[in-house]
Amino acid sequence: MWKRGLVGAVVLSLVGAAAYASFFIAPTERTMGLIQKIFYFHAASAWAGMTAFSVCFVANLLYVWRRQPKWDSLGVSAAEVGLAFITIVLITGPIWAKPVWGIYWTWDARLTSTFVLWLLYISYLLLRTLVEEPDRRALLSALFGIFAFLDVPLVFGAIRWWRTQHPAPVIMGGPGSGLEPTMRAVFFFSVLALHALMVFLIVERYGLEKLRMELDDLRREAEVA
Amino acid sequence: MSLFANTTVLLGKELRTEFRSRELLTTTIVFILIVLVLFSFTFDPLSEEARRFGAGLLWLAFLFAASLMLQPCFLREQTNDTLSALRLSVSDPFVIFLAKLTANTLFLLLTELLLLPIFAIMYNVRVLPVFHWLVLVFFLGSLGVSIAGTALSAISAQARMRELLLPLLLLPLLTPILIASTELTSALLDRSPYVQWKGVGFLVAFDVVFLTALWLFGEYLLEE
Repeated sequence: MWKRGLVGAVVLSLVGAAAYASFFIAPTERTMGLIQKIFYFHAASAWAGMTAFSVCFVANLLYVWRRQPKWDSLGVSAAEVGLAFITIVLITGPIWAKPVWGIYWTWDARLTSTFVLWLLYISYLLLRTLVEEPDRRALLSALFGIFAFLDVPLVFGAIRWWRTQHPAPVIMGGPGSGLEPTMRAVFFFSVLALHALMVFLIVERYGLEKLRMELDDLRREAEVA
Repeated sequence: MSLFANTTVLLGKELRTEFRSRELLTTTIVFILIVLVLFSFTFDPLSEEARRFGAGLLWLAFLFAASLMLQPCFLREQTNDTLSALRLSVSDPFVIFLAKLTANTLFLLLTELLLLPIFAIMYNVRVLPVFHWLVLVFFLGSLGVSIAGTALSAISAQARMRELLLPLLLLPLLTPILIASTELTSALLDRSPYVQWKGVGFLVAFDVVFLTALWLFGEYLLEE
């Protein structure tokens, strides 16, 4: 119990340190000013969310292959946590966009594709609520998760090809892109902190899912008896 | 028997079932017509705008119609209790999917081609000079819709609220198809029509990715 608390405290202080660094260590951007600070959390959350969805995909594959309930639990935990991070992305994006672009929402490539991604995983969680039998639920949602994840690059590709206003990728973009070294360091620290938070949340959610399964089993036994 | 021979037999069965009643085709055609008429009230249908929006409207109508049309695909087997028989009849469950998705592609393509002249007249666009290209786009788009839709209808048939669930699962998944097909179609309906080859390539890529996924994972979708 105390171990969990300790890990939680470490993770939270990492996130706190990232927030401190983004405000007080990273230099203020010249044209955008203070609002650019949101980038350290916006983009880092997007990375953490994508990692969580990748974990979900691997868990889905492993479930279909091995049929162990633990992979199903990991899949749903990762999907929920990923969805939380992507929700943060979708909320912080417009907050940044209003002062910089002048509007909250625009149907730009990465906004739109992130929104579609969000919808895909909402559908994944929705599907889970609509199948009663645990094994069937696990299998069907794992298969849908696989299809959804395969769709992600296609969604991003299509939207990027045919409609685009988002700033060109700053990290791993083409030549001429890139961050000032301190900004870069702070950004990667945020990425690290949010990944730690993501892993912590998935582990916690996984524990909860296990308890829930045990409870379901006990209930079923009680009904039989 | 080979994969091809098996698929042909099952495809024959799918086509016979449908053409006995033609329920699916008629309802889908009427549905798309209603949607196209309703769309015309939301803006001036004969303006330059219509030319620009037309392709998108057409594809939206197709996708909505497909999400309804694909509904009975596996549900019918379930209510008639024929899924086990179907599974026993072939050694490779992929054949069942292949037959169903071919049938669905044909149904979709047929409705689209029947509705194209009506759409062209209603929205005042010229389709004859680019007809063969439109057929190609309709085919590749419908194939993608059918591959993903057949797979997901096997999922939704096993869930509660299945009628609502299929569009919810399917439509976001089909975003790439909607974008690519709309862009291709609107380029073809342009005053100076042209073929967007990257769009054709993209549709082929979508079809290949999902067909491969279905080939790899299809059997698990039909587990008892």
